[in-house]
Amino acid sequence: MQVSGFRASTNLKRLARDPVLLAVILLVTASLAIFILYPLVEVAATSLDVGGGRLGLGVYSEVAESAYIRKALYNSLFMSTLTAIVGTIIGFIFAFAVVRAKVPLARFFNTIAVIPIVSPPFIGALAIIMLFGNNGLISWNLLKIQNFPIYGFNGLFIAQVVTFFPVSYLTLKGVLESMNPILEDAALDLGGTRWKVFKKVTLPLAIPGIASSVLLLFVETLADFGNPLILAGSRFPMLSVQAYLQIVGMYDLPISILLLVPSLIAFYLQRWLVGKRKYTTVTGKPQQSTTQIVSPGARAALFVACLILALLVAMIYFSIVVGAFAKVWGYDHRPTFDHFKFVFGVGFKAVRDTLIIAGTATPFAGLLGMVIAYLVMRVKFPGRRFVESVSMLSFAVPGTVIGIGYILAFNHPPLVLTGTLTILLLNFVFRYIPVGIESGKAILSSIDPSIEEAAINLGADARKTFTKVTLPMILPAFFSGLVFAFVRGMTAVSAAIFLVSSRWNLMTVHIMAQVESGNLGAAAAYSLLLVLIVVAAISLIRFTLKTQYAKFGGSMLHF
Amino acid sequence: MSVRLINISKEFSDPEREGGKVRAVRDFNLEIAEGEFVTLLGPSGCGKTTTLRIIAGFETPTKGEVWINGKNVNNDPPNKRDTSMVFQSYAIFPHMSVEQNVGFGLELKGRPKAEISREVRQIMEVMGIADLAHRRPDQLSGGQQQRVALARSIINKPSVLLFDEPLSNLDAKLREQMRVEIRRIQQTFKITSVYVTHDQVEAMTVSDRVVVMDKGCMMQVGTPFEIYSRPSNRFVADFIGKVNLLPVRFEREDSGRYLAQDARGMRFEAMSAVPGLEPGQEALFMLRPESIYVESEESASSSGPLRMILAHGIIDKAVYLGSTVEYEIDVSLDRPMLAVSHDPVNAGFWRPGDAVVLKYSPRAAHLLPFMNP
Repeated sequence: MQVSGFRASTNLKRLARDPVLLAVILLVTASLAIFILYPLVEVAATSLDVGGGRLGLGVYSEVAESAYIRKALYNSLFMSTLTAIVGTIIGFIFAFAVVRAKVPLARFFNTIAVIPIVSPPFIGALAIIMLFGNNGLISWNLLKIQNFPIYGFNGLFIAQVVTFFPVSYLTLKGVLESMNPILEDAALDLGGTRWKVFKKVTLPLAIPGIASSVLLLFVETLADFGNPLILAGSRFPMLSVQAYLQIVGMYDLPISILLLVPSLIAFYLQRWLVGKRKYTTVTGKPQQSTTQIVSPGARAALFVACLILALLVAMIYFSIVVGAFAKVWGYDHRPTFDHFKFVFGVGFKAVRDTLIIAGTATPFAGLLGMVIAYLVMRVKFPGRRFVESVSMLSFAVPGTVIGIGYILAFNHPPLVLTGTLTILLLNFVFRYIPVGIESGKAILSSIDPSIEEAAINLGADARKTFTKVTLPMILPAFFSGLVFAFVRGMTAVSAAIFLVSSRWNLMTVHIMAQVESGNLGAAAAYSLLLVLIVVAAISLIRFTLKTQYAKFGGSMLHF
Repeated sequence: MSVRLINISKEFSDPEREGGKVRAVRDFNLEIAEGEFVTLLGPSGCGKTTTLRIIAGFETPTKGEVWINGKNVNNDPPNKRDTSMVFQSYAIFPHMSVEQNVGFGLELKGRPKAEISREVRQIMEVMGIADLAHRRPDQLSGGQQQRVALARSIINKPSVLLFDEPLSNLDAKLREQMRVEIRRIQQTFKITSVYVTHDQVEAMTVSDRVVVMDKGCMMQVGTPFEIYSRPSNRFVADFIGKVNLLPVRFEREDSGRYLAQDARGMRFEAMSAVPGLEPGQEALFMLRPESIYVESEESASSSGPLRMILAHGIIDKAVYLGSTVEYEIDVSLDRPMLAVSHDPVNAGFWRPGDAVVLKYSPRAAHLLPFMNP
């Protein structure tokens, strides 16, 4: 029998008997309040400040007065909406081609669609400059066009679609895979044509997933910082970039808060949609469909579409690789190791710093994510709702907002952290826990609660239950949380750019600096190294997981 | 007294219900003796599982006290209580071998490794799963998982062993086998046990005493015989097995015979009755189908004190089941009478439309109050 309500007093009494659990709950709640909520409150407070601590319209009057900022806000919203829609269409085509149409080269397309996810989010922008910029391989070397109009809307749009369509692909792939093909067979059997079946069965079933993908892409694009910083230019202002320039300039106005509201709306709308869908997911054995619902003509069309897109993505990575080894991009393409000498010489501190930061933050983020997932799903305590919603908040809040919030919150007592390693670590940990929490929750909801009850019943307290029973069972989710946290940590820009200092810097920030100073070769070399590190780390974790799981009852299950 | 439940009530809040609350258990009192096997039996939603989980400590009663071995355990969390539970889904730890599962409780207690492995081996011998020691849970059949769960629970030598519908996931044959097995193990170790089930046959076969529950209330406590043959109210009579209940008026008791009369003036005799029935009170005259003899009309005259006439009727349905035949007999009342006759090959059987006379022995008849408490 499920407990729907609970009485706080008895729960507290129970908790008091398990001091470790109580301490963990207090610690988690407090740290979420300090490192997620407090910075946001600071941003909001500052946005209403008209100087000297007086309350006023602050940022909002600035927006009302400045046509430029209004334009930036409009551009950001317009761009995010467009990218979300186009990215989702492309994501759907890819997912449908791979999952349903089973086109040739499906595995290759899958890889192509996943690569951008493990890359720094501005790699598209970098490649587009290398291909279409002033010294671009295509625009200048091939077509001899100077000042090809790549800055502004055109280039940014392409870069963002390439960067974010994989998110849509992965979402919709999951949706299409969980859809029972027997339904389509049944519709065909009832006499529907292929197109009708697609329109009346497949598409309606995928609609919640599609909507969820659009919203997710909207949130991500709106928060995107790297691509706009490189490609937007001054004639096409984007809000995330303007928010950054305001802070590094003199103005000190956190206009990034304007990004917060649309982000939060889209994010919670998406969560609501996903929440609704949970009840209708098909369970049971996946059934093999005998009929293909895609006609040969449609399959060919899908294949060609995927191929063109795949070539575009491949071209991007190809230019990065070539650029990393070319002497002077656009003029002298003879192979050289000069850029790598730079990266491993002068620039190596950033590589080291990044590895230290991501490497340290990752296990903490992973573990914290699992602990929160466990608390939220399995322990009754007052404040559970708070923990759940605040921990998910950092998913929805754009990085620029969080970054500014950290500066505002931690450059004065009681906590002075600006310029330290600690502030970067804290930012990374609290920014990247949500995926760990989500995958932890998904796994926990599929595990019979009586397994944990059995452990408690046999005499295990909360800590032993978690370490000896729950954690080993959710280990796969723990590792996927780790992979994600590491990838994000390695490739982060938007929040981190506010927090780096001369003592602690990041590869991504260095890459941006190289791009800005026109040193494309070094930027490409850095990017290539970054992608290789990420891929190596993922492979390592995968490999460890595989071998550890192969030997059953291995020592890693005993803490 | 091993387990005492004093005035236990449990309310859940349920915003969808009127008043926002569900009373899962109401004023529940029960004392369980050392080594006794007590079953909580009732339809789904009757509060039996909640009661079990209150004993284990997974639910906190809204009101009332739980005592285990002379100690009030209300504020003890489940891990501090000396109870072990066998879960409906077995709840075998999927990441541990059979051996590790069974030894988990001892491991938590910090026992030395050698001792754990000795005791694990011993208990697995008793349970007949010694050869499964190194298996993974997903390589076990349902019955094997059941044995592992049981072994894991009794190795802790708990004061109370709790079973939450442990056989509901097994097929019929295995269920029968495990029923016997559970009883054997319980007898071997003399562990006080509380067992939850909705299956009355299961309750009858394993228990010393059965508690019948409905809507959070205890309806009757008694031995399987009492529950089946001497139910104290209509709910229990109806819930356990099939039953014939004739509305009558209780007249008087005459040297151990309880006399009653129905609206048409038919007289009935029972040799047991629920205590407290007042003469003149409305009552139910109860007979189980197997206590009704279906005979030919001609034999109506040859009735005696052990074969009294119950009614005349026409066979409406006859279902041949091999070892028995089940009859529904139209006796011109709201409901047909149910009767079961055994050994049809020797006794022969009736067909629909046959006119028959139904007889009974007062020893099998029982009188209970008309209204539920």
